[in-house]
Amino acid sequence: MAATTEALKAKDYRSGIRAVWCPGCGDYGVLNSVQNAFAAHQLPLNSTVCVSGIGCSSRLPYFLKTYGFHTAHGRSLPVAAGVKLARPDLEVVVFGGDGDLFSIGGGHFPHIARKNVDLTLIMMDNHIYGLTKGQSSPTSNPGSIGTITPYGSPDTSNVNPLAYALTYGATFVAQGFSGKPKQMDAIIQEALNHEGFSFVNVMSPCLTFNKVDTTDFFKGAFIDLPEDHDKGNLVAALDRAFNAPAGKVYSGIFFQTRKPTMVENLRALNKKQKADKNMDLNIAVDWFKP
Amino acid sequence: MSDLIIRIGGEGGEGIISAGDMITQAATRSGLNVLTFKTFPAEIRGGYAMYQVRFSKDHIMSEGSGSNIFCAFNQEALDKNKADLKPGTVLIYDYPDGDIAEEVKIDGVTCYPLPMSRIAKKDLEMYRAKNMVALGALSFMFDIALEELKDLLREKFGKKGEQVVATNLKAVDAGIAYMKEHNKKTDPFTMGNVGKMAKDVIIISGNEAAGLGAVLGGCRFFSAYPITPATEIANYMAQWLPKLDGTLVQAEDEIASLANVLGASYAGARAMTSTSGPGLSLMQELIGLASMAELPVVIVDVQRGGPSTGMPTKHEQSDLFMACHGGHGDAPRIVLSPENVADIINLTAEAFNLAEEYQMPVLVLSDGSLGFRTESITRPDPAKFKLVTRARYAGGEGFKRYEITPTGISPMSLPGDDVAGSYIATGLEHNESSNPNFTPENRVKHCDKRFAKLKTLVDKYHAPELQGDGPADVGIISFGSTMGVSREAVALARKEGLKVKALHPRLIWPMQVEHIKAFAATCKKILVPECNAQGQLAELLRGQTGINPVSYRLYDGLPFSPQQLLTKIKEVM
Repeated sequence: MAATTEALKAKDYRSGIRAVWCPGCGDYGVLNSVQNAFAAHQLPLNSTVCVSGIGCSSRLPYFLKTYGFHTAHGRSLPVAAGVKLARPDLEVVVFGGDGDLFSIGGGHFPHIARKNVDLTLIMMDNHIYGLTKGQSSPTSNPGSIGTITPYGSPDTSNVNPLAYALTYGATFVAQGFSGKPKQMDAIIQEALNHEGFSFVNVMSPCLTFNKVDTTDFFKGAFIDLPEDHDKGNLVAALDRAFNAPAGKVYSGIFFQTRKPTMVENLRALNKKQKADKNMDLNIAVDWFKP
Repeated sequence: MSDLIIRIGGEGGEGIISAGDMITQAATRSGLNVLTFKTFPAEIRGGYAMYQVRFSKDHIMSEGSGSNIFCAFNQEALDKNKADLKPGTVLIYDYPDGDIAEEVKIDGVTCYPLPMSRIAKKDLEMYRAKNMVALGALSFMFDIALEELKDLLREKFGKKGEQVVATNLKAVDAGIAYMKEHNKKTDPFTMGNVGKMAKDVIIISGNEAAGLGAVLGGCRFFSAYPITPATEIANYMAQWLPKLDGTLVQAEDEIASLANVLGASYAGARAMTSTSGPGLSLMQELIGLASMAELPVVIVDVQRGGPSTGMPTKHEQSDLFMACHGGHGDAPRIVLSPENVADIINLTAEAFNLAEEYQMPVLVLSDGSLGFRTESITRPDPAKFKLVTRARYAGGEGFKRYEITPTGISPMSLPGDDVAGSYIATGLEHNESSNPNFTPENRVKHCDKRFAKLKTLVDKYHAPELQGDGPADVGIISFGSTMGVSREAVALARKEGLKVKALHPRLIWPMQVEHIKAFAATCKKILVPECNAQGQLAELLRGQTGINPVSYRLYDGLPFSPQQLLTKIKEVM
């Protein structure tokens, strides 16, 4: 994968821009793991594109030296898909938060997943809107207190990102925790390696606004998936996405399967049509002869 | 006779549209020019459908005024068109033993009964051949391309077998035979033979033209969501892009389709989406992003009756405000306005060049009339389409993606270029290096930079086309398909000796203010006809140029007719 003569180190992926997150924010850990994973794969700086939406975590591309696109709120996935489908030679990584990806951008996720667009999506899930200073998000617990839900959120359920991704056909689904950096490094490396749409949900606590789902809470809650977990078994993956032991959450790779990616499918379709970049355009005009 | 308009109306699903397509194609083969106009019900089956063809030995500028011949497949169609059955026109109608129960007599109108239902059902035992009975009668009675029609039937139905060809030919002959036997021709309408079709003619719809223009303009990435009346553009791209090794995406919604296009453009592709009003509404936020991040994208908007779901299958020109000003913030963009089908090909191709050169969204404002119509046009020569590409980062250190330049245009890097060319495309206000920056000084500098590109364009763009010269009592300014109607109305007025002229701008936004002012200075009054209720073009003209035009608005779902406009011209004088 590496085209450079000298090996890139993790720090070589950092841009000169200082990260702007609050002290202790889980996103710092994610940024570190991303750099480590990029270095592990020796991703070329010039042909890697980091795409994000809007929110605290969506600032991440600025802190990397690669090419990037800081899009509009909720639109990172379809923009990233455009990049990848137009230029399959590029490595495209998407970053965002739970509000960006599952609330305002929630309509795109199922389609990117079922189309198996070859992207790596790293969601920094903090169960809250941080940039707008503390509102209940789709992954917040029902009844959670936020500035627009001061008496508790009236929502009946929250989104289970893993189950959602599994149901809509994501071919790689994993969960990590910013407080377990080694495992997170490994998961992100695997996600980058995966051919097809890979979704990594990283629990990345917001120290400033989320006083319930805190770092300490997650430190006690995260347990590894059982050693005998079969990541080729979709039903087992769904079961573990829903049913962890009481008060616990699983981390690790829940599911992985190899299916044709959208780029592969498009290439096959084009091939059937005898695709030719240099096709004589007169053919397309003369098709309209009466 | 040099100009003839035939209209066919009936129940959707009765083969009205396919019959219309066939006579249109046959007439083109016989050397005639054609321009069609259709209305569909919003439902797949049932509801009123209409197909109108204007035939001419000369260039056709618009749908024309009313019709000379109306062919009614049922009572509803007859009722809907009664007002247009003026003295001097002809009616052919399904009678007897069809849906129309009584013989029709209208003062001054030549009425020919033709039991098309009965002939199809009883004599031919194939009700679906009703439209062919009518076609045979029309082609024979008005001497339009009968031989070409029969050849076409053999070609079209050949694949389905001899039996199908024979039945359809029999239906055509039955229509002819009935007319010969029962209706003595008393009307003056005879098109006659032109001889041979010109060698370099194609027949193409406005929507297909947008697709062809895109392909000729170098478009190789397309993403869209289905929407009436723009879906045929996607259909065309879907057919041809794979052959060109391009990328075709059916997106989950219009937000995603423009998002796909933005991503593709960021990565270097010449990319487009097509939609109609409701889709363009959804795209507004990302049009702003394209403007802010300075990404070349092309959007074709085939306008329809709005707001909301409105009248999806009807003609309107009510997206002009949204095209020029839609979305939040100050977001420069380019809006082009094609007059006819040939224009759509040229302007859609040009839209890619402008998008690339000025690095901003370019909208092509088509409309229901343009999108659905077919025209016979001179065959475009692919070799004549020259592609302009975006200014590119040349490599090396010191690159600033949004460098301030006199033209406002700064070179762009693409992923895969040098590491030193990397930048974060962003919707945030940014500095020259594309880092977020909200200082007052930076804000003004970069907002001005983006708008400077519009000035560069206006200074460089060719003058709008002028029709007629010298001082005039009335000068017309219009956009889109209404330009064709204006052109015909002005020609009619000038034939009558009236001092009328017109300006036909292709670049509708940014406005070519100096050219418009100069034009207005030669006219006593400016008349602005447009198909929307608010007088959107008139309003923009007032704001931009200070001239105060007479606004003429039509918003009944139909295009203007030249006669309607001529009457208004005389009224304004």
